[in-house]
Amino acid sequence: MAQHQVNYLKDGGLPVALTTIDKVVNWGRSNSLWALTYGLACCGIEMMASGASRYDFDRFGTIFRASPRQAELMVVAGTLTKKHAEFIRRLYDQMAEPKWVISMGSCANTGGMFNTYATVQGVDRVIPVDLYLPGCAPRPETLQYGVLMLQQKIRRESASRAQKPKRLM
Amino acid sequence: MRAYTPKDNVQKKPYYTDRYWVAPQVAKHDVSSDAVFAEDLEAIKAQFDVLEAYIQVDQMVVIINPADNFAVIEMLKNERAYNQLSEMSAIDWLADEGKFEIFYQMLSMTKRKRLRIKCKIDEKESIQSVEKLFRSADWSEREMYDMFGIVINNHPFMKRILMPDDWEGFPLRKTYPLQGDEFAAWYEVDKIFGKEAREIIGPENRDPARIDRYDTERFARLGHEVPRGTDISNGEPDTPLVYQETEGVFMIEKFDAEKSVVISDRDR
Repeated sequence: MAQHQVNYLKDGGLPVALTTIDKVVNWGRSNSLWALTYGLACCGIEMMASGASRYDFDRFGTIFRASPRQAELMVVAGTLTKKHAEFIRRLYDQMAEPKWVISMGSCANTGGMFNTYATVQGVDRVIPVDLYLPGCAPRPETLQYGVLMLQQKIRRESASRAQKPKRLM
Repeated sequence: MRAYTPKDNVQKKPYYTDRYWVAPQVAKHDVSSDAVFAEDLEAIKAQFDVLEAYIQVDQMVVIINPADNFAVIEMLKNERAYNQLSEMSAIDWLADEGKFEIFYQMLSMTKRKRLRIKCKIDEKESIQSVEKLFRSADWSEREMYDMFGIVINNHPFMKRILMPDDWEGFPLRKTYPLQGDEFAAWYEVDKIFGKEAREIIGPENRDPARIDRYDTERFARLGHEVPRGTDISNGEPDTPLVYQETEGVFMIEKFDAEKSVVISDRDR
């Protein structure tokens, strides 16, 4: 008996796509990651470069937004000072679920070379982080690769609204 | 809570001291060697006490009593044409002599001369603001208060400028440890989550050289990614760069270089 598979999307097949709710929701989420502009230091320049025409973040659906209400991805690009820590937490809390955080560069990961009294030794002391990007500063390619890795992570997750909120503590 | 270590003598215990090292001194010249400065010094001496005066690197340094600072600078600005306060700050000599040194670096655009007024105050002593004479002193004096804890009298807005308002301690004092005291170490945790969160979050990792090669809970090597928490002590797989899952993504096509069109003829 002939085994065959109908590809409904191609070859003049039916205009029907069969999928799961999880897949279609995660497809939407992962391909329209709107990022909050969080340029704190020199990594912010690389982040801007990834958004500009040469590296063109828009082709991955990542558009930088200036409001936490419109963003679901926070790219912490730069040195987080202790004075600013409460504000990054407040902006993180203002973002709507589901939300993800990329810690970009050495300073955001661990405090980097700023082993001083005024620098938070890693943003993961304040907000939960999904992806750590190494580098000082990471090139735009690294950030874009990181976002693609995050897309894969999102696609693996359940799209259920009952997904448990991430907590630092 | 981490164990308390006394921080009173941080300055006296540097990591390494060369017993035979002598700090190089810049040569000091007599003020009479420069006619313009000699005239300025005479004008200051006519009205105020001058403790010491010399010329160093073509700049005159005049050490005065701290009570005279406003009057001296006012006189220099209005009568001696030193019309710019290019810099002012303080130096911590608390360990050596129990005093702060405060300096005002002034510039005369017409005379093309630079002059430095210095005075020394005790730790608890306050000093008169010169903000009324030079607007540039506003932030400098706030920074002096922020970093050294020197209180400025008659300043219009005496508030910390760099550190948060609720910060404790004055970071540029020599007794302040570079990596922060107990308050600084827990500042963001205390403020955001409360003191009870200290034990959950844990102390800061202050060792910049700490690398846990086999930590897959928090990190993954680019090009060697493994699922979170995998034991990689026996090596990890070499994963080529993948930008999509192998089976593809719903409604997204992979780029096929064969099918793409390369435009080589610009007139096409």
